[in-house]
Amino acid sequence: MSQTAKIEMLGVQKRFGENRVLRGVDLSVAPSESMVIIGGSGTGKSVTLKCILGLMTPDGGEIKVDGENVAGKRGAAREALLDKFGMLFQGGALFDSLLVWQNVAFRLLQGKRKLPKDEARAIAIEKLRRVGLKEDAADLFPAELSGGMQKRVGLARAIAAEPEIIFFDEPTTGLDPIMADVINDLIREIVVEMGATAVTITHDMTSVRKIADKVAMIHEGVIQWTGPVGEIDTTDNAYVHQFVNGLAEGPIEAIR
Amino acid sequence: MPILKALHGFVASIGATVIWLCQATGSLSLFAASGLSHVFRPPYYPGEIGRQIMRIGYFSLPVVGMTALFTGGALALQIFAGGSRFNAESVVPSIVAIGMTRELGPVLGGLMVAGRVSASIAAELGTMRVTEQIDALSTLSTNPMKYLVAPRLLAATLTMPILAFIGDVIGIMGGFLVGVSRLDFNATTYIKTTWDFLEAGDVTSGLIKAAVFGFIIAMMGCYQGYHSGRGAQGVGRATTNAVVTASILILATNYVLTEALFPA
Repeated sequence: MSQTAKIEMLGVQKRFGENRVLRGVDLSVAPSESMVIIGGSGTGKSVTLKCILGLMTPDGGEIKVDGENVAGKRGAAREALLDKFGMLFQGGALFDSLLVWQNVAFRLLQGKRKLPKDEARAIAIEKLRRVGLKEDAADLFPAELSGGMQKRVGLARAIAAEPEIIFFDEPTTGLDPIMADVINDLIREIVVEMGATAVTITHDMTSVRKIADKVAMIHEGVIQWTGPVGEIDTTDNAYVHQFVNGLAEGPIEAIR
Repeated sequence: MPILKALHGFVASIGATVIWLCQATGSLSLFAASGLSHVFRPPYYPGEIGRQIMRIGYFSLPVVGMTALFTGGALALQIFAGGSRFNAESVVPSIVAIGMTRELGPVLGGLMVAGRVSASIAAELGTMRVTEQIDALSTLSTNPMKYLVAPRLLAATLTMPILAFIGDVIGIMGGFLVGVSRLDFNATTYIKTTWDFLEAGDVTSGLIKAAVFGFIIAMMGCYQGYHSGRGAQGVGRATTNAVVTASILILATNYVLTEALFPA
């Protein structure tokens, strides 16, 4: 019997005015799998994630999470769906009016799973420790942290409620190579440890090799190739070959 | 046919403007209805509502107070100068009181708060939009309309009448100070005349106006910030639009409310 995909996208389309960003995305992510979507800037990677989360409404196609169609979910049903997700945003997207621990514990302090403040703070501090931050950082504001520390806080916030699915949007962008490697290691460790399904979008090939079980290459709003991470160097797919090797010549047009 | 082409372009531009106006009105109405509905539906965020009451109400007190004080003083001087042309200097206390409570308190207070609060809300929400904080709220199972918009709408609608009332008192006080120190009014007579001529309807009509203006101020700040364009330029434009649209709507609504409350 085949296992139900954790996330399944079938012919998903999205356009902004005349710009057709997604032109029929088909993607399947198995439970506890770490899928990395690669592709150039503006190829629809972030839009793909936002469509799954319902932050954008697709113009066509179908998106299923745990076999359930996510389209048109509202109120409690949408909340229940979003409870499955955690997300690390590219810029961190930390709430700058809240302290670090309040950011991490945000989900634990709201809604039906609301915990007492002390308990939520204790969990936040434990998650901060998990991502390599000391307790002192808990009472700082996000603006007082370095870029690397903000990413760690974002990661702690994404995992605080122990979600089943975690999205990572360009997790290493803007970080120095050493900090990027630390974040990559943390992501891999945490995803394995939690048994979560992970979808990462990046164009950093070091991240891809560290984080991915499977890789999907998106270009011109279509998934051009999907396969195990071990095959990205050997595949004969021209798009993947050009992207992985960073070549100016190939089917992906490079604007000079 | 260059004339026909130019005419076609002119008519098309009018059509495009009308369509844009209809779209903007529809979008704003839906946003307002959604924001308002979240004010009455749980979950509520009392901490956030309290914070907004402080930011919108309490911290606007100096601006509203100063505006009212100087307006009341200037009003007393103007009414005295105008009234002296037909020996009606004695109306200064009553006209200052009626002018402040019915019109100038809520309208000028509203415009000053629009400049301070609409801009601040639009800049804050615009920055949150640009830095994906609003998307982050959604992914954390928190409805941004409920967490960001509803508390601001509620706080502004509740605090504006209080601000206007304080403005009324300070404005009348401004008129009193000028009347007594510069226009040779007797302090007791001034206060007695003000009290005798002022009716409850004068004050309540101003407070109703202020509540509506408070809603407009928060709504325009939230709407423009929530739909802010990308980058610093987008946030800047949202801030400007919030202040301009809130100010125009306050003045237009003031006329409509005055017609409704004091029909000719």
